[in-house]
Amino acid sequence: MPAGGATQTQVQSLLQPHLQPHGTMQGYDPGSFFCEMLRPGQPQHPTLTLLMSRLAALPIASLRQRATEAERDLLERGITFTVYSDATAIDRILPFDLIPRVITPTEWNQIETGVIQRVRALNMFLYDIYHERQILADKIVPEALVLQNSGYCQAMVGFNVPFNTYVHVCGTDIVRDETGAFRVLEDNARTPSGVAYVVENRHMSLRVMSDLMTSLRVRGVDEYGLRLHNAMAEIAPLGVEDPQVVVLSPGIFNSAYFEHVFLAREMGVPLVEGRDLTVESGKVWMRTTSGLAQVHTIYRRIGDNFLDPDAFNPESTLGVRGLIEAWRRGAVAIANAVGTGVADDKAIYAYMPRIIRYYLSEEAILPNVDTRICAEPDALAYTLDNLADLVIKPVAESGGYGLIIGPHASKAELEDFRALLKADPSNYISQPTLQLSVSPTLCDDGVRPRHIDLRPFAVTGKDTWVLPGGLTRVALRAGTLVVNSSQGGGSKDTWVLP
Amino acid sequence: MDLVPKLHKVHLIARHAEATLWLARYMERIENLARILDVTNTFARDADDTRNWLSIPRINGDLSEFYKKHTEATQRSVGEFYLLDVDNPTSVQSFITAARENARTLRALLSTEMWLQINVFHGKIRELNTEKVTPDYFTAVCGMLKDGTQAHTGITEGTLYRDQAWHFYMIGRYLERADQTTRLLDTRFHALAPQSAAVDADIDAGQWNALLRAAAGYHAYRREHPSGYNATEVACFLLANTAFPRSVGLNLAQIEWHLTTLRSRYFLRMTAALERLDQLNGMMTYQNVTELSGRKLSPFLDYVQREIGCLHQDIVETFEA
Repeated sequence: MPAGGATQTQVQSLLQPHLQPHGTMQGYDPGSFFCEMLRPGQPQHPTLTLLMSRLAALPIASLRQRATEAERDLLERGITFTVYSDATAIDRILPFDLIPRVITPTEWNQIETGVIQRVRALNMFLYDIYHERQILADKIVPEALVLQNSGYCQAMVGFNVPFNTYVHVCGTDIVRDETGAFRVLEDNARTPSGVAYVVENRHMSLRVMSDLMTSLRVRGVDEYGLRLHNAMAEIAPLGVEDPQVVVLSPGIFNSAYFEHVFLAREMGVPLVEGRDLTVESGKVWMRTTSGLAQVHTIYRRIGDNFLDPDAFNPESTLGVRGLIEAWRRGAVAIANAVGTGVADDKAIYAYMPRIIRYYLSEEAILPNVDTRICAEPDALAYTLDNLADLVIKPVAESGGYGLIIGPHASKAELEDFRALLKADPSNYISQPTLQLSVSPTLCDDGVRPRHIDLRPFAVTGKDTWVLPGGLTRVALRAGTLVVNSSQGGGSKDTWVLP
Repeated sequence: MDLVPKLHKVHLIARHAEATLWLARYMERIENLARILDVTNTFARDADDTRNWLSIPRINGDLSEFYKKHTEATQRSVGEFYLLDVDNPTSVQSFITAARENARTLRALLSTEMWLQINVFHGKIRELNTEKVTPDYFTAVCGMLKDGTQAHTGITEGTLYRDQAWHFYMIGRYLERADQTTRLLDTRFHALAPQSAAVDADIDAGQWNALLRAAAGYHAYRREHPSGYNATEVACFLLANTAFPRSVGLNLAQIEWHLTTLRSRYFLRMTAALERLDQLNGMMTYQNVTELSGRKLSPFLDYVQREIGCLHQDIVETFEA
């Protein structure tokens, strides 16, 4: 027994600042939600303790001053997305909350390996459904769900892509429930956006919150452009020594244009529109000041349907005539591949744990949220019986539109929705309402808990690399769960500890 | 030694080259307009107020458009037309919107500082309101516009990477300067050039003053010609003096250098543009301008203006070939 009767652990815990909201954090009460900073029931992490005391010591007036600076800075720098209402375009910033979301090394390990596993499974699934369709024959996933899916692309059948990689850039939306367990909410396997904010948020933290970050050795996010370029070069047609990569954007009026600029700049490649490209003699060229120059890889930020009027929507003027044919002949690489939409469909999502098990003989490292497919009679009955307790989502929508959160809906809204659901059950899935984790966020009435999610970005050429952290979105309105930028959400810098 | 590494070929999208030309031209137009508004405001305090203010729509070829909206040219009406009117394609509102749109297209190529400054400048211009065209603010607004464009020029000089895009940017700036100086001289010369020797002495020194100030050349001109004003000398100064930053001759010479560099370093076919330029350059001499001064100057200035327009076209058509 050491002198004084105290054990070593007791002494250490006495020396550490007590992890209780104090100072600026006074009055911060996450209630029953899992708080990313206080982490009830989890071992204390010394860095979080330190961070908490640093934060608590920052006067609220100082935080507000910095928040004002940050907002002005974002607007001036044009780190904005464009919202369209009544035919007018308004540049909006994604509100930035300066209190970071922190991820410990253990947590990051689970996220990183979980995302890599998921991307592997998605790519294997895509290969399979565009080739042998083994998973359909084995009745793991209903055939109709795949073959009649609007994201399923006939042009991809039998077509091989380098390294069998279809999803070169994947954004996996992850939430944390009230126990602190991570769960995947959805996969974004088409053209996930938001990575520019990850990097810009870090730059913003370095500008306005550097004192909070001192000596923490937070993992860097600056290599994204380099990694992406490497992957784009890897998938270029064989035998090209210095492949020409381009970013294909719908143009300056697209809401995510800033991100397209960011990607082109970070990769050091031209940012082009469809009209800058042309297909001649079976190859893809860009119109430059010195004539046509061959393009080898296109990182496109245009939806499948707009890529090539010959192959898809003939009305589209955003794309390049003949592009798909050139791609099929191996003259150019396109990332993400066409036809990946079928894999990130909300209906397919429900099968992801089984898909992972089928191809990899592994359990999902990152579990799904329990999901019911309303196309199945039992699931529909359950959903109709428990409407008020569930979140019901249309399978084809994105951006948080058209979903209903049972506990937040009025009786009338629920009844209206019941009719919609009955009319077209196969268009919906249902999930239990999640008690999303919260993170301390600067609000009008002080530092308050607000719900957050996480979208890590995985880049895959030959192998998969995950950008440390990802985009943490925060629902700025008290009580709301919807974090989408189009629905009044903001974002936070995401710090992965070493 | 060639400073552009040969290892990796950096292409410039043709559409971006054109946007670069336009970005430079629109920013330059804002400065020119601010200069003219400011000078007019300073020199328009005599009885002939309307005539002075009217010179601005005239110089821009906007007379009929102006009269569709306003009955009389005053500080207020001309100020509104050029500073506030978003429907007037020659207002600073339209210029900054177009400049920002081009900058947005080029955002991946511009320096972050360039984009940021244009974005903030755009915000300031969009905020202008009717109060700002009153005498209380007029000079300050012109000052803000000049500061903004000059900050842009300085940031561009200090931060824009000097590859192809920079050459096109500079060509755009010089094309616009040459064009603006021609216009300035043309409209003022009508009013100022002596119709006969008898009225020579009556030339309003203040008007020459205003003309030279609008071109930012007043003090330099004074140094070169301390004895007084002379129509021929002013024309030579504005057209042929290659030390004066806004002279047509200097700007054409700069364009020639940039075109030649684009040809030698980036192998761009600039044949048509260079030929046209060669011919035009040959005319911007003291001797030639002296011979032309008087009634023949105006048709000559028209010709130069048309040629500058063609030059822009020649350059752009090179990409389309």
